Amino acid sequence: MDRVRMAVGDSWVEAERHLRIIPRNIELVLFATIQPVMFVVLFVYVFGGSIEIPGYDNYEQYLLPGIFSQSLVFGSAFTGIGLAEDLSKGLIDRLRSLPMARSAVLVGRTVSDLVRNLFTFFVMLGVAFLIGFRFEGTLVAAGLATLLLLLFSYALSWVQALIGLSVGSVEAANSAGFIWMFPMTFVSSAFIDPSTLPAALEPIAEANPFTIVTNAARALYNGNPVGNNAIYSLMWSIGIVVVFAALSIRKFNRSTVA
Amino acid sequence: MSADFAVDAHGLVKRFGDTVALDGVDLQVPRGAIYGLLGPNGAGKTTAVRVLTTLLRPDAGQATIDGIDVVDNPHGVRERIGLTGQYAAVEERLTGRENMEFVGRLFHLPKSEVGSRASELLERFDLVDAANRVVKGYSGGMRRRLDIAMSLIARPSVLFLDEPTTGLDPRSRLAMWGLIEELEADGTTVLLTTQYLDEADRLADRIVVIDHGRVIAKGTSDQLKDRIGGDRLSVSIARVENRGAALSTLRPLCTGDVDVSHDGLSFSAPIHSGDRVVPGVIRALDDAGIDVLDVEVRRPTLDDVFLTLTGRAATDEHEEVA
Repeated sequence: MDRVRMAVGDSWVEAERHLRIIPRNIELVLFATIQPVMFVVLFVYVFGGSIEIPGYDNYEQYLLPGIFSQSLVFGSAFTGIGLAEDLSKGLIDRLRSLPMARSAVLVGRTVSDLVRNLFTFFVMLGVAFLIGFRFEGTLVAAGLATLLLLLFSYALSWVQALIGLSVGSVEAANSAGFIWMFPMTFVSSAFIDPSTLPAALEPIAEANPFTIVTNAARALYNGNPVGNNAIYSLMWSIGIVVVFAALSIRKFNRSTVA
Repeated sequence: MSADFAVDAHGLVKRFGDTVALDGVDLQVPRGAIYGLLGPNGAGKTTAVRVLTTLLRPDAGQATIDGIDVVDNPHGVRERIGLTGQYAAVEERLTGRENMEFVGRLFHLPKSEVGSRASELLERFDLVDAANRVVKGYSGGMRRRLDIAMSLIARPSVLFLDEPTTGLDPRSRLAMWGLIEELEADGTTVLLTTQYLDEADRLADRIVVIDHGRVIAKGTSDQLKDRIGGDRLSVSIARVENRGAALSTLRPLCTGDVDVSHDGLSFSAPIHSGDRVVPGVIRALDDAGIDVLDVEVRRPTLDDVFLTLTGRAATDEHEEVA
């Protein structure tokens, strides 16, 4: 169908714009590289000695999937920041005046952010291997784990898109984009065993979709039984995409004619 | 609705909460014309452009571009327009050429045409040397030129320029005027908004004056100037004793009442076509033995027009001047 072809083509043109820019944006490249490396090294060496997780001989195997998960989730913030930047520069108005698919601006942005996140992931994985992290399960399981993490981060990109389109400035997109991700990633199983949390927080951490996704990836990387977590995390990601893509695209078009 | 006009709008209304940004705007722009939408900040110029370029849905009224309705078929309208907004909407980290190609592809031009049109326009807008540099290093004038070049890549039938020279230095402004005049030679219909009266005066075939979301006057620059009474003669004399003699000498040469300043040394009056009158005025005053310090004929500026019109609009809100 013509409309679908146009939407795919236009989204790719938009994604390509962002992907071309990434290597030219030194701050972004450094941030995307150094931040995950720093997280891996800091958490492993600062907390590594004092945290013991039942069932895990070394903390790295427990912690690193959590770090991967958190870094990828943080990476989604760029979607909102980038959109807010395009809005403030008048670029979005220009795109809205072009005969292009209405969804392409947001699809192109989220897809290019997914590609950038993939890069971030491989940098982290390299560092993780250097400090002793290993896939204890099969490669297929590790691939599946990575896919679940990336998908969840892609889903959150759509949440960030809605934030970026709703707030007035790049600065606001930055704070509004990050602020809720701290409680979400720390009140979770990413760094600690939730059973050690205060009674009030434990159920929150257990129900947190970030915990579910992290647990699924951790089990798969370590060759442990994954249970229902894989399917639940898939459902969470798909659900978030469906709801927030609809809301974001509506927001994007709200003031325009069609 | 007729397709004779490139832009044809009737009774456009747009409200933002309690603010009425457009209060029944009618606008007809013939093909190939340059129209200037002139008004102060907040008059509704940008809102009008945003409605005509499908960025905003009007609350009431109708508008067509090339006979295509902006509400019913926005996609069709978008295929026929180019828009350059108040900010140079360019991607800073792409090169000039990449920016051109980016927009060309989103217009779904064939690949070969994207390349050739980009080259052609970069050349024409004097951006060949900068074409492969990222836009971040461009000057304000270069960015604005690139922005307009991007708007032209798909040969739009109507180009919207929202305050195309705001924020440019005088030299870039002059260069921009030259480019816009060339567009007219190409037959592109241009609707430009401006708060600079000299800009509308110089570029626009016809000027639509808009204030508080309403069209308060339209016509050619000369028609608008004539509305406030044509040219004015100003004479300054050296000695106040000559006041009476000067008045009786000037009266027959002017077309209306002669105003005298409080000190009795300056006179001002409406006249017919300016230049021819001056030698006669000087000769007559000289013959009467009056020492003349200065004789000047002033063409009213659009500033005069605008002040006159908005002054009237404030007291006579509902009078249709057009």
